[in-house]
Amino acid sequence: MIRTEGLVRQFGDVVALDHTNIEIKKDQVTVILGGSGSGKTTLLRMLSALDAPTHGSVWFGDEDLAQLSSKRLYELRGKMGMVFQYSALLNSLNVYDNVAFPLHEHSDLDESVIQTMVQMKLEQVGMRGFEQLMPSELSGGMAKRVAFARAMIADPDVVFFDEPTSGLDPISAGIVTTLIHDITKKTHMTSVVVTHDVHAALEIADHVILLWQGKVIAEGQADAIAQSEDPRVVQFIQGRPDGPIPFSRSKTPYHEDLLRVRL
Amino acid sequence: MTEYKRIELVVGMFVFIGIASMVWMALKLGQVGGLGSTGYAVEAVFQDAGGVRAGSDVMLAGVVIGRVSDVHLQNDEEAKLIMQIDEGVKLTTDAIASVRTKGIIGERYIRVSQGADREYLEPGAEIEETESAINIEDLVSKYIFSSGDK
Amino acid sequence: MIVNLFGRIGRSTLQMIAKLGDVTLLSSRSLAFAGKSPWQGEHYVRQIYALGVGSFVIIAITGAFTGMVLALQGYYTLAKFGSESLLGSAVALSIIRELGPVLGALMLIGRAGSSITAEIGIMRVTGQLDALEMMAVNPLARIVLPRIMATLIALPLLVTLFDLIGLAAGYVVGVDLLGVNAGAYVGETVAKVLPEDLYAGWVKAIAFGFIVGVICTYMGYRAEPTTEGVAKATTQAVVAGSISVLAVDYILTSFFL
Repeated sequence: MIRTEGLVRQFGDVVALDHTNIEIKKDQVTVILGGSGSGKTTLLRMLSALDAPTHGSVWFGDEDLAQLSSKRLYELRGKMGMVFQYSALLNSLNVYDNVAFPLHEHSDLDESVIQTMVQMKLEQVGMRGFEQLMPSELSGGMAKRVAFARAMIADPDVVFFDEPTSGLDPISAGIVTTLIHDITKKTHMTSVVVTHDVHAALEIADHVILLWQGKVIAEGQADAIAQSEDPRVVQFIQGRPDGPIPFSRSKTPYHEDLLRVRL
Repeated sequence: MTEYKRIELVVGMFVFIGIASMVWMALKLGQVGGLGSTGYAVEAVFQDAGGVRAGSDVMLAGVVIGRVSDVHLQNDEEAKLIMQIDEGVKLTTDAIASVRTKGIIGERYIRVSQGADREYLEPGAEIEETESAINIEDLVSKYIFSSGDK
Repeated sequence: MIVNLFGRIGRSTLQMIAKLGDVTLLSSRSLAFAGKSPWQGEHYVRQIYALGVGSFVIIAITGAFTGMVLALQGYYTLAKFGSESLLGSAVALSIIRELGPVLGALMLIGRAGSSITAEIGIMRVTGQLDALEMMAVNPLARIVLPRIMATLIALPLLVTLFDLIGLAAGYVVGVDLLGVNAGAYVGETVAKVLPEDLYAGWVKAIAFGFIVGVICTYMGYRAEPTTEGVAKATTQAVVAGSISVLAVDYILTSFFL
């Protein structure tokens, strides 16, 4: 459904993505795993056309996202939803208006219809009854669930999740990951989840992509990844500081630096 | 929505008061439009209109009867003034216009004195009789040179 | 050393030109939506309320004190030449041509401009601008444009109110406190204020309103997406906005004289 070809993204001299080729399959939960700075958020911004690649291309269906007119891109966005790391609810609007926002903007639906749709989506994420609260009155987990409801209000084909569990307590994180899995399966939606939360990832993923320094180092079904013998994968999943993925140490020996200061 | 209605009302009042103030300032202070509609224009040509500019007073017997609306050069040698005279003030065809100064270093104004004619200037007519600005420097130098001659 | 200095001057000049180009590009892209996108009356009205009406009190207070100080200071100076009767016109021309637009714009930057930058900057930090983009709503059309329009519309109105309040305050100080003849004060004011003076003031107010809107939205939109980034952007918006207003004021004044 979404495919990248030789994707490269540079920020100045820093290469965030280095010839990354991935494929997101329909009706699946694809989890992009990686440590901080592995380029996974950059990759997500490429997939959703929030950022443009330096080289290479992103194909949404049979359309190259970088080549689209802004009009066509906005049409495609109707088929995408996104749940941001910090939820990104519009803080001037209450929960109801936030969830209804895409419909208010792009549809001529009757308010009673919109109301029903909002209720339905809020019910799915367990947030019905909180319509009148403002974003500042919500906890992190609640805000995320509202953001989820907003992302799927127009029944998109694909929903992107940026670090859906970061900053949440284990129970809230569990609720959110379960919701992602259940709703994807129930509604024939495609989900792309970017996270460094190995536990959650392996639990809900149909397909896992492991990213390191902008490159795909392992890819496959969750079970296969969990039982992989590739030392890099093992190190990441078990969370060991040392291994083939080096612990980043200072380049000069400590005593040399100390001596230099004296001189 | 009621909150928005209130905002709309306040903004409406704000814009209305602002625009009303603009119009009031334009009419009362700038006398935009007031110039053209009340009163009429007369012209006068001076050899030297030193110091007179648009906005200078036009006075008759010490009373302000209008304002200079434009000063420009004519034939590369004389100053042509257009004066806006208040409605109801009639100037004789042989009226005299002179450039005068309020006080010693004060600003310049146009003094008009009536003549003896029984006919009055039409709008747009020219005051034929003019007296140019008295230039203090000229006076002083004249005095010095004339005293040197003696 | 010298080469280094020149290098630095060159680099910062280039950066400034690049930034200027970016400002122009961003604001013209936003303004292009004014004709294109569907009428967003509600957003404009809300922004005029927040930025314009919200700044009225501080503008009114500034106007009142400006008029009072001008009358006091002007009287002191004019009395030395025995021309107290000119006080009315001196106060009126200073306010209408110069101080109304300039002080009004500076106050708007402090009161509304900084909050525009902070608001948009925070929307950037929290991903709200990206969220709008993902919901197929262009943030330039929805967030930036209404704010530029609001300052553009509100500042001339605010400046007019500033002028009137300043003139009234000057009258109170000049006539009631310092004893200048009321007739002379008003007569001089009316006689010396020409339509050109009013136009000059309003043209400045429109230009400044535009500058405030463009610079403050730009700084917020391009803020580095961190807490410090927003803080820095807000400071920069106030500094760059104030300097631009003063510089453009000089250019416009030399134009209108």
